[in-house]
Order: sequence, then structure tokens, then C-alpha cells
Amino acid sequence: MADANVKAAALEEKEPFFGKKERKALSDPLNDNNPITVQVLGICSALAVTTMVKPAFIMAISVTFVTAFSNLAIALLRKGIPKQVRMIVQLVVIAFLVTVVEQVLKAFNYEIWKQLSVFIGLIITNCIVMGRLEAYAMANTPWRSFLDGIGNGAGYGIILLAVAVIRELFGRGSVAGFKIIGSTNEFLLNTTQISWLGWYQNNGLMVLPASAIFLIGIFIWLQRASNKKLVDIS
Amino acid sequence: MELFNIFLKSAFIENMVLSYFLGMCSFLAVSKSVKTAIGLGAAVIFVLALTIPINWVVSEMVLGPNGIFHTDLTFLRFILFIASIAASVQLVEMAVEKYSPALYNALGIFLPLITVNCAILGAALFMVAREYNFTESVVYGIGSGFGWALAIVAMAAIREKIRYSNIPAPLRGLGIAFILTGLMGLAFMSLMGINPATYFQQ
Repeated sequence: MADANVKAAALEEKEPFFGKKERKALSDPLNDNNPITVQVLGICSALAVTTMVKPAFIMAISVTFVTAFSNLAIALLRKGIPKQVRMIVQLVVIAFLVTVVEQVLKAFNYEIWKQLSVFIGLIITNCIVMGRLEAYAMANTPWRSFLDGIGNGAGYGIILLAVAVIRELFGRGSVAGFKIIGSTNEFLLNTTQISWLGWYQNNGLMVLPASAIFLIGIFIWLQRASNKKLVDIS
Repeated sequence: MELFNIFLKSAFIENMVLSYFLGMCSFLAVSKSVKTAIGLGAAVIFVLALTIPINWVVSEMVLGPNGIFHTDLTFLRFILFIASIAASVQLVEMAVEKYSPALYNALGIFLPLITVNCAILGAALFMVAREYNFTESVVYGIGSGFGWALAIVAMAAIREKIRYSNIPAPLRGLGIAFILTGLMGLAFMSLMGINPATYFQQ
């Protein structure tokens, strides 16, 4: 038994620090195994925080932080957790990390904290975190799980930012707060500032949460059209 | 009457799935057939009706400044809420297994998965944000659970029908489910801004 352990440890050491498996853990969630469009995890928050780019960006960073470090913690503890209570252990680790994120945001960026309101708390039940813990961190080494957490956070963040840019651009005529296309009223009031596309009227649909779900539906369509192996046959 | 307003509001006007888009993961994953959708919907109603009052008691008696510790412990809210939700889901699971094995078998894996349904924690956090009292929180729990169940059953019925339609291959399954949810959300949006209280006063 002890001999086998030593052998396993030697095998583990021989593997390169950033080899093929590590690269796969990091890059898979960006396209082939995207948490939102393929695994359908963590949709709730993706819809609510994407009206503007800034909260979406903060949310993506918070989720990446929580997935990466909870993956790391669970992968370190994975051999000591009894199977029956693993859910509770996972939830406690996640809840601890989310509380840290929430208190930091509240202290340093109160406006964004108010805007995100319950959705920071809902990272706890964000299925991405729990799903990756169950599917990956319980069976892999800490370093690889950490990379998997970062990859999944990034895959989530890409979709979140893409949806947020489209929604803010067409719903408010700006991106991350900078005016890009002006609405008619503003153009008439402020004639000194020559705004190209001054004719644009803000699209109210894009501010509604329903538009985010349409956009994600269209992203899924586009992704599956270009990536045939993801197509649902049933 | 006030309680009835809260029920109507939480079930229809501020529907958990179709207005706030909470609990989407299981909403999309389990809405393939009406039968399982009804089972999960019933379980969610039950768990919400149980956990919202429990979480009300936790946030008033333990976390609030008037609680047993006489200090503001609201920063512990997430951990205690999720712990009480996990514990009550576990209790519900054991009770259902003991007293109604048929229902337990029908629900299967979905029962423990309710713990990580965002609608449950979301409803608990909304309950705190809106400062409901105890009876209001009971009604709010039942109402929002009812709204969630209604939405998932409707969605499952549409998806059962749409299987026979000719949808472009890349959009089949998940893609069309998203677009359907968006359309249902738009339909529910027409209820927004309605205040049931004004109708009863007339």
C-alpha cells in the first residue's frame, strides 16, 4: 500500500507543470465545454447582471475567484471528505469564499455592490461552482482543479461580457458607460457635440431580462452551427 | 387581503423564473417531460414553504440586532441560510422516503438538487430585502413556489409539443428552450406593474 503511494507520488511528480492536461483544463471551458452554452450551468446570474458591462465584469471576476479557489480547496481536501457530507462541506467552502467577495465589494465598491444586490449571494447556488466541484475537483489534483476553475470562470465571463456589451450598446447606446451611439433627444439638446448615429433611439427590449435569454439562445445556435459535435440529436 | 396580494404578486407578477430568471438551471434541465416537471414543481413548493419561514426565524432571532446574540451578524447570512436550506431539504428527503416511498422514487435525484436551486436562496434573500413579517413570509414562500411550479409545467408541456416541429438542427434542444423561455418571460412582463391591491379596493 505504502509502496503504491510512493509510486503514485513519483508518477505525479514526473508530469510536467503545465502540460497537455493542464492546457485542456484551462481551454476546454472556453468553447467545447462552455459552462453556459454547453453545460447549462449558472444561467440565473448571467441574465440578471448583464444589463451593463461594468457589473457583468465584476460578476465574472467574482465567479472566477470563487470557482478557482473553491476548486483548489476541495481538491486539497478531497481525500478526507466522507461521501455523505460532501455537499455540506462544499457549500461551506463556497459560502465562505462568497462572503469574502461580498464583504470586499461592499467595502471598496459600494455602488456596484448595491447594483448586484442578491446576485453576489447567489454565487453560492451558482451551479457552475457546485458542478465543477462535483465533476472535476473531487477527482483531480489541486493545481489542475485550480486551472479548471479559472477556465470555467473565464468561459462564463466571456459569455457574460458578450451579452452585456450587446445589451448596453443597443439598450443604452453606450459601452461600459462611454456614450457610443446617441439617442435623438440628446442629439437635439446638445448640438455642439456632433454625435454620429445621432438618430438612434434606445431599444427598450434590450434592457429587459428576456433579451439576455434570447441572446444566449442565439449564441448557442451560432456555436452549434460552427461546432457540429455539440448538436443535440434527440 | 394583504396576504392574498402577496400570494398573487409572488406567483404571477414577480414570478421567480419568468420575471427574475432564478432557478433556471433545473428549469431547463428537468423540463423535458410534464410528469417529472410536476414532481419537481411540487417538491419546490414544499421546500420553499418550509425554508422561507425557517430562514425568517434565523434572520430575525439569530442574525438580527434583536436576536439571541444582540449583535448584528448579517454578514453570516449566506452561510446560515444555505445551511438551513440544506438541512431542511435533507429532512424533507428523509420524511418523504419514510412516509411516501412512491413519491420519493418519482422525484429521485431532483429532491437533493433543490438545495442548489437558486430560486430557494433567492426567495430567502428577497424575503429579507422586502422586510416581510412571519405570516407574510409563509405566504410568500408558498406563492413563489407555486409560480415556479407553474412555469416549469408550462415549459415542459411546450417542449413536449415542440419535439415534433421542424427546428434547425443547431437550435434543437437547448437553443429553442432558451428562446421559448424568453418569449414566456416577455408574456409575463405584461403583468408587471399591476398592483392587485388597487383592484380589491374598488
